[in-house]
Amino acid sequence: MPDLTPARPREEDHGTLRRVALLGGIYSNYLALDAALAVARAREVDAVYALGDFGAFGPHPDRTVERLRDGGVACIQGNYEESLAAGAGDCHCGYTDPRDNHFAQISYDYTRENTSAEHKAWMGTLPGHVRLRVGGSRLLLCHGSPRRINEFLWRTTTPDAFIRRTLAEFATDVVVCTHTGLHWMRFPEPGRGVLNVGALGRPANDGRTHVWCAIVEDHGGVLRAEHVPVPYDHERLAREMTAEGLPAEFVETVRTGWWTTCLEILPAKERAAGRF
Amino acid sequence: MSAFPSAPLVALDTLWLQVAGTLCNLRCTHCFISCSPDNHAHGMMDRAAVARVLQEAEALGVREYYFTGGDPFLNREIFELAADALARGPLSILTNGVLLKPEWCARLRELSDASPYSLDLRVSIDGWDAATSDAIRGEGTFERILWGIGNLARAGLNPVVTVTEACAGAGSVAGRTRLLSFLTSIGLARPRLKVMPLLRLGVEAQRSRAYGPAETLRGVSLTAAEADVLQCSSSRTVTSRGVFVCPILLDAPAARMADTLSGSLRPFELRYPSCHTCHVEGLTCRT
Ligand code: SF4
Ligand code: SF4
Ligand SMILES: [Fe+2]
Repeated sequence: MPDLTPARPREEDHGTLRRVALLGGIYSNYLALDAALAVARAREVDAVYALGDFGAFGPHPDRTVERLRDGGVACIQGNYEESLAAGAGDCHCGYTDPRDNHFAQISYDYTRENTSAEHKAWMGTLPGHVRLRVGGSRLLLCHGSPRRINEFLWRTTTPDAFIRRTLAEFATDVVVCTHTGLHWMRFPEPGRGVLNVGALGRPANDGRTHVWCAIVEDHGGVLRAEHVPVPYDHERLAREMTAEGLPAEFVETVRTGWWTTCLEILPAKERAAGRF
Repeated sequence: MSAFPSAPLVALDTLWLQVAGTLCNLRCTHCFISCSPDNHAHGMMDRAAVARVLQEAEALGVREYYFTGGDPFLNREIFELAADALARGPLSILTNGVLLKPEWCARLRELSDASPYSLDLRVSIDGWDAATSDAIRGEGTFERILWGIGNLARAGLNPVVTVTEACAGAGSVAGRTRLLSFLTSIGLARPRLKVMPLLRLGVEAQRSRAYGPAETLRGVSLTAAEADVLQCSSSRTVTSRGVFVCPILLDAPAARMADTLSGSLRPFELRYPSCHTCHVEGLTCRT
């Protein structure tokens, strides 16, 4: 009988921290990364965590990786890093509709061709999970969900019952994740819930051009979590994407704040909230 | 004689509720559980029965709910059932669409708005014109289904449209393109489409063909990743007659696993020809 239990990724324990910045998918938006690192410095955080998907969508993927590695950012593997390190042919984003996969493949091929071998090897060394303690809560940092690197935890398809089960299964109080590109949080009980930090890589499909990260801190012994808007020079990013020959659809998203691609994976309510 | 592989229940994420049993207002010739106005093999589920299941599912941490049948809108309590499910998690209702009058679509929209979770309506058609679809689903049904789809869209509920491969070429790039432009032409600005392989069970076995003797998983061993994508590794189906392994095998006596969900959380031996379809074609009934 083969062993059919799903394998757990490599995990690190980083102990207790007072205040941390949490960065979701960067998708090569190194300009937004610079802006987010400035926010983190201004907020005097103890540490900055990037939750994976450093590449995709945007231009010059190595610029993002260099900043992460030089800037002392603690990094977790996303599906992009897992795929790039393994030399996979696609991003394993978890899309199911061919319309989504069409654009996902363009992003992945560009990122793979423009990421150095040395960076790809480094991506293979990253942990899949990091555990922290902040404000009396145990945090589990992951990419998609604790059990699957490419599982989408969306606001309207992640019910309280499932959150409770996941917290119990992984012996944690808070799951911190990204992968969806849309930020949200829900705490069915005080100090216990899901914090999806959103993405630095593209705006949140709401007609606004800024992107998002999150900060969690010990607030008098209690965990406080907030989403922080991150404005950046999106016009410059748009120009660089055009110069790199990236799809006009991607550039439009950067300029307008509305998603134009990879829309079929969205749940009904998240889809209805966008323009396309 | 070599054995069949088993699918472990990795996690109970998806719960199917056969809220209308095998009762349907249509009598499609490709229906893999042979639903019809007179198939009482599985009956209607009432609100109390559904509430019991939902309660157990919530305690087990279920992530999403699906209502199916037959046609769920034949269940007189469908709006109450939907509200009960939407209080606990996201819900998809699978329907043939022919009963979806504007007032009902408005009620569905209200239920959706009142929930923190997503409500999806999934409507099946069988082609891009009446000739193809009506041949399978019955005279005049195509127009009626499009009426239901239009009513949903006008209520602001963008349905997922499913098409089976009974519509020849539906799964090809050209077929999908044609279906998407058809859906746009009937007023779905953002068409959502799912193409499904055929299951050669129920009345479909007479319409096209039954499974052949080679179409089984005998002697096949599954990797963890292959087992993980089978819907029986992450779902169960509840009908008026108990808990079944999946929404497909409702006619197979061994597929009835228990009276309660907690009694059904064990591996299932994949000894049915439809298991071959799931494995080889990657079939899942989820959206
Ligand atoms: S395929 Fe659907 S609509 Fe047709 S008879 Fe079966 S349950 Fe009813
Ligand atoms: S028919 Fe498919 S879902 Fe049902 S038991 Fe077989 S493999 Fe699993
Ligand atoms: Fe991702």
